[in-house]
Amino acid sequence: MKILVCITHVPDTTSKIQFTDNNTKFDKNGVQFIIGPYDDYALARAVELKEQLGASLTVLNVGEAETEPTLRKALAIGADDAIRVNAFPKDSLFVANQIAAIAKEQNYDLILMGRESIDFNGGMVHGMVGELLNMPSISPVMKLDIDGDTVKMAREIEGGKEYLEAKLPLIAGCQEPIAEWKIPNMRGIMSARTKPLNVVEPKDDNTATAVVEFKLPPAKGAVKLVDKDNVEELVRLLKNDAKVL
Amino acid sequence: MSILVYIEHAEGAVKKSSLEAVSYGKALSDKLGGGDVVAVALGTIAEGELSKAGTAGASKVLHVNDDKLTAGIIQAHAEAVAQVYMKVGANTLVLAKSSLGDAVAARLAVKLNAGLVSNVVDLPDTSSGYQVKRSIYTGKAFAETTVSTEHKILAVKKNAVDLKTDGAEAAVETIDLSISDASFATNITLTDKATGDILLPEADIVVSGGRGLKGPENWGMIEGLAKELGAATGCSKPVSDIGWRPHHEHVGQTGVKVAPTLYVAVGISGAIQHLAGVNSSKYIVVINKDPEAPFFKAADYGIVGDAFEVLPKLTEAIKAIK
Repeated sequence: MKILVCITHVPDTTSKIQFTDNNTKFDKNGVQFIIGPYDDYALARAVELKEQLGASLTVLNVGEAETEPTLRKALAIGADDAIRVNAFPKDSLFVANQIAAIAKEQNYDLILMGRESIDFNGGMVHGMVGELLNMPSISPVMKLDIDGDTVKMAREIEGGKEYLEAKLPLIAGCQEPIAEWKIPNMRGIMSARTKPLNVVEPKDDNTATAVVEFKLPPAKGAVKLVDKDNVEELVRLLKNDAKVL
Repeated sequence: MSILVYIEHAEGAVKKSSLEAVSYGKALSDKLGGGDVVAVALGTIAEGELSKAGTAGASKVLHVNDDKLTAGIIQAHAEAVAQVYMKVGANTLVLAKSSLGDAVAARLAVKLNAGLVSNVVDLPDTSSGYQVKRSIYTGKAFAETTVSTEHKILAVKKNAVDLKTDGAEAAVETIDLSISDASFATNITLTDKATGDILLPEADIVVSGGRGLKGPENWGMIEGLAKELGAATGCSKPVSDIGWRPHHEHVGQTGVKVAPTLYVAVGISGAIQHLAGVNSSKYIVVINKDPEAPFFKAADYGIVGDAFEVLPKLTEAIKAIK
């Protein structure tokens, strides 16, 4: 059994979002980068499955050299080896093509990733990889168990969830509460230093979209406070000023 | 060229977000100088209900009336929509961003060789090329994105355009497709869904509660206010983590992202991860007993006070104006 987990290297969720170079680049100044929170759930579940099934676990990122500490952290959490596709992740299609090219060579049984990256929020890569490899792609998955070659999952839908089953191989975009995030221990951190991290060049340069300019939303005005003993005033403001009632 | 809109339905009705996608398709068609806006619905649903897509702007509705497609099997839906897209001779597919829509759109992008833009918040600028504004960083920024492919897929965020309601009812045409068995390889065994409630991602008004409510037994106050407002209910991450409320009500960075016209937050301090899920709201009301709660900085209106004291009064005050 071979498991691949694809991770993104994204700004911490508390980061202040700013842009530079005439609003064409993300401002990394003072920003801490992390494993995408959804990818972290996928990784945590993969580590559990690896222990339970005796599987091998590879972690992959499409990114430039700066993402290697993020890959090392994934190794410390429990992946056996890592692959970095040495390229800026230009768009979803570009990333999906890189993952599919590697998966075609490696024949993974299960490919997990987060439901979406928290920078671009596209949530498209798992579906694209699924289509490129002609495999089922299921997202957002909040529970995933393997029984022989059958994968039993729960997928979140608006207002609830649906339970589904499919055969391996498949691809899932994951979210909580599929597993609890794992914090690397000292042994993991030490062993991660010597685990293989293979750098490969991109196989394909196709893209379909490009960002030409970033924009920030207009700043919010000051809050209008209403006295707690005068809730009628709040209702009046909502009705007459905001016109939402 | 025509625009195809993939519409979803639940409990026998076309989803409101899908009708918004139809209105987006119509506005896009008008902007590009006309052309058909064709909606496609999959699975069992009454034709009378489908004809309502016309009021939102569709000129025609194609109905693939195959009960195997009623459940949202991702691969089967992608294959069906791809076939209809070819039949119609469309050059753009529009759909509402949703749990199923996202999953289907990604596969279609590869099938149709189409550039896909998700979280679209406005009509494209076609003055030179094709540029679409989309929401990124969980609503904290936007990216003007160019699409270089001939075929395009736009997954539209709530409130990208106004819902049109003055169109004529559309003719519904039933079509048959042949979907490969392989596309039905995923088997949905059970669906566990709250029925009758207003769906959180679609709601125009959302009332959310946090740990300030002190326990699940006090949720009646949230539900009472929501009922008066015709609102959906949500909660903060800690509340869903400790099991007071189900995960599908968790609003925030790793939960549901909402974009209502009014968001009312009660007893939620306003961690940055929660704000990320609500920052597309038009108006935000915060009720919190802590005047230093960070949520007040993101709010339009606020009341500093105890939820247990303020909520019943507010519910009564809203009842009074009806």
